Amino acid sequence: MSALSRRRFLKISGAAVGAAAAGTAALRAAGTLPSTGLSAEKGIRTVPTFCDICFWKCGAIATVRDGALWKIEGNPLDPLSNGRLCPRGTGGVGAHYDPDRLRTPLLRKRSRGQEEWVEVTWDEAFEYIAQKMQSIKQRYGPEAVALFSHGIGGNFLKHLLKAYGSPNIAAPSFAQCRGPRDAGFRLTFGEDVSSPERTDIRNARCLVLIGNHLGENMHNTQVQEFADAIGNGASLIVVDPRYSIAAGKASHYLPIKPGTDIALLLAWMHVIVTERLYDRDYVAQHGFGFEQFAASLAPFTPAWAYPETGIEPEVIERTAREMAAHKPATLVHPGRHVTWYGDDAQRSRAIALLNALLGSWGRKGGFYTPVSMDLPPYPYPEYPPSVRGKVDNPGQKYPFAHETITTGIREATLTGQPYPIMGWWVYATNLLHALPNEAETIKAIQNLDLLVVVDVIPSEIAGWADVVLPESVYLERHDDLNVEWFREPFIALRQPVVASPHDQKPNWWIARKMAGHLGLSAYFPWNDIEEYFRYRLKAGGYDYEALKKNGILRGPHQPVYYEEGLAPTFPTPSGKIEFFSPQLQKAGFDPVPVYHRPPAGPPGYYRLLFGRAPVHSFSRTHSNRILSDAMSENEIWVHTQTAQQNGLTNGQYVRLKNQDGVVSNRIRVRVTERIRPECVYMVHGFGHTSRMLKHAFGKGASDAQMVTRYATDPLMGGTAMNVNFVTFAPAEA
Amino acid sequence: MARYGMVIDTARCVGCMDCVVACKTENGIPEGYDRDWIAYDTTGAFPTLHMEIRSERCNHCEDPPCVYCCPCGASHIHERGGVVLVHHDKCSGCKACIAACPYDARFIHPEGYADKCTFCIHRVEQGLEPACVAVCPTHCMHFGDLDDPNSTVSRLLASREQHTLLPEAGTKPQIWYLK
Ligand code: SF4
Repeated sequence: MSALSRRRFLKISGAAVGAAAAGTAALRAAGTLPSTGLSAEKGIRTVPTFCDICFWKCGAIATVRDGALWKIEGNPLDPLSNGRLCPRGTGGVGAHYDPDRLRTPLLRKRSRGQEEWVEVTWDEAFEYIAQKMQSIKQRYGPEAVALFSHGIGGNFLKHLLKAYGSPNIAAPSFAQCRGPRDAGFRLTFGEDVSSPERTDIRNARCLVLIGNHLGENMHNTQVQEFADAIGNGASLIVVDPRYSIAAGKASHYLPIKPGTDIALLLAWMHVIVTERLYDRDYVAQHGFGFEQFAASLAPFTPAWAYPETGIEPEVIERTAREMAAHKPATLVHPGRHVTWYGDDAQRSRAIALLNALLGSWGRKGGFYTPVSMDLPPYPYPEYPPSVRGKVDNPGQKYPFAHETITTGIREATLTGQPYPIMGWWVYATNLLHALPNEAETIKAIQNLDLLVVVDVIPSEIAGWADVVLPESVYLERHDDLNVEWFREPFIALRQPVVASPHDQKPNWWIARKMAGHLGLSAYFPWNDIEEYFRYRLKAGGYDYEALKKNGILRGPHQPVYYEEGLAPTFPTPSGKIEFFSPQLQKAGFDPVPVYHRPPAGPPGYYRLLFGRAPVHSFSRTHSNRILSDAMSENEIWVHTQTAQQNGLTNGQYVRLKNQDGVVSNRIRVRVTERIRPECVYMVHGFGHTSRMLKHAFGKGASDAQMVTRYATDPLMGGTAMNVNFVTFAPAEA
Repeated sequence: MARYGMVIDTARCVGCMDCVVACKTENGIPEGYDRDWIAYDTTGAFPTLHMEIRSERCNHCEDPPCVYCCPCGASHIHERGGVVLVHHDKCSGCKACIAACPYDARFIHPEGYADKCTFCIHRVEQGLEPACVAVCPTHCMHFGDLDDPNSTVSRLLASREQHTLLPEAGTKPQIWYLK
């Protein structure tokens, strides 16, 4: 068995043999070498920093051997990594050596999207951008330039845009990802789940995962704590239409019909309320509107939920009792990427309410209260006030959107309403893979006077840019300080380990230079980012040299649970946990969650679900030779019976065709028992079409391309994407 | 004398491949090759399934057929811990060891010699754990002296249900998987 899977793997990856990257040659181990901490060894140098392959920002120590980057390990002083990185962080070495990296500023030569460029100097690029931005400001006002940004690296560009006068700054992490979750929890407890999630997985006695594929989704601390919970014998309840890695560890696996989670949640709460299994003291003390909420649950028996969810009533009852038996150390995990069906904020609210019944919010084994270090901001001049306000949510159409909606900015760019958007800056987010319906994004781009993309690799969105600015990878640059909200307070530093190989520059340098060209130098009074660090650390009473040396400064432990004496506070209008929500009622929404059956797809089509692989981040890592060697293409998971009905065999290539006739790149079929027959699944981020991304081009298919439809969450404007259906077309088409 | 082995807790393992990636960077394994890999054993029919995930590599067998069959004296048992190693300079690349290994643990390195897991002996000699063990975010892997009854590996073997791979091959593998 093992031998077979290995041969298969070698065969698949065999295509890459012989094309050894420049990096791997430099990486060859010459003999016996030490790990971190033994930097006295000749030719060896270590630098503490933090990872940027995803936004988790794990503390890392990079080792340089004979001047070349060798390896990256976890920083044992860092409470996010606890000295161990995830596979992507370990493979971050490949980001530095990636031969497909952007090398020099590029100016578009022909029409947008043709990917034909003229190499220019930084000054030429800045001058071009500055002229466009000044003319947009004159004709349309400064708000007409928007910024899409992902990760801590965007901080100085955000500062630049605000100094220029635009409030239109958004990240797909809200409306395309965790936004509904945070809206649902805010409405209930008055606070977000935040990031890193305030989930106390390691102390949970019962962990409930709803469509959350921890272990495939590698947010490091969560996965470490997940393994600890399993090791400690915690009960694990996994709800997923796919037999995920987590499902393989579950004490109870509930193979739910896609899109019916609210029905299950209502039935669980029905059992817990009718059997009076909830935390009665907690609810009595902190709850608001419990009676109305409890009464609303009456019809939602496990027998009612059975035909909706496909989960037997006994299983619903048994798992509800299991959760109650371990309260308050039962954590019903709120997930992260939760833009699924369009009622996601209400589903998240149902999850929040279930946690409230179990008394887990604020408690050990449930949700801790994050803490942070006190670090004063840099004293910049005040930003110019925005006369027109943000463009993304006119008339507060989505009353519970507490962050900017990316797709709202896109909509304004398309329609010119409530006012025109004429320029986009895009930092480190591949909008063509992140936003639903790429045709809409491309149409919006055609309305722009300026599209600037700042990134390390030539992503699809870079292909549509007027100007591409090549950024140094995280191992070659400083970034803003990470003053994290977490279970332990700390400040972390990202600092350069090695030099950039070409003409790439750090984002702070880009933002500062750009400000010079826009006459905004007053907003960047420091000459060098270390001057900025020194100022802030000194103002906070900390030692920058110590931070540089260790990569991290930790503060004393502070109470994070009610059990540790922390006073419960719920910043909702009632000051309590809102079981019944007057806020929602007033805004014309269901004050308690209501289940709506998800519309079915056309006959012969299968619901498309997508998720993560542990060795890739978004669509950003597929040209990283180390990570692509671990997984070079995605597969479409098809249940055995579905495969038979469609005449598909394991390993063959097909194309997917969605309900709107859009056909995907070719993708390999994985025939498996690990999924319900009415849906198919693929890993997100593959199927690159950017020709500059040579190594990743054409490998696997892009789920984003199939997501031509989306359902907008009426509460907060999130774009739900599990509403698309696909069928199979021949690979040769 | 120490006898090195690994004990891997499949209940904790999520198959994330961090062990594979860490081996790659630590040992400079060229693109397209791996000294360790992940195996998934899935049995049953949806939704009543069982899955075991294993991080696999050379088993550093006590009775290693790859060593016995090597015509060049390149494959050998290291004096320290019974680790099975290859002298790269002595290896002719004849592939006899590759055919003999029941675990498909070996490959011919592009430079022409047989290559495979070394238990990161260069690290172990400095008191460090193998790279795959040290990196694992789930702490599912343990490395140590099987002859020492107080080592973590010995204590885990004494307390948990376990199995080795292809015991019927008679090679006496030194890697155990906990259920
Ligand atoms: S979770 Fe992984 S990729 Fe993300 S910051 Fe941590 S090590 Fe890097």
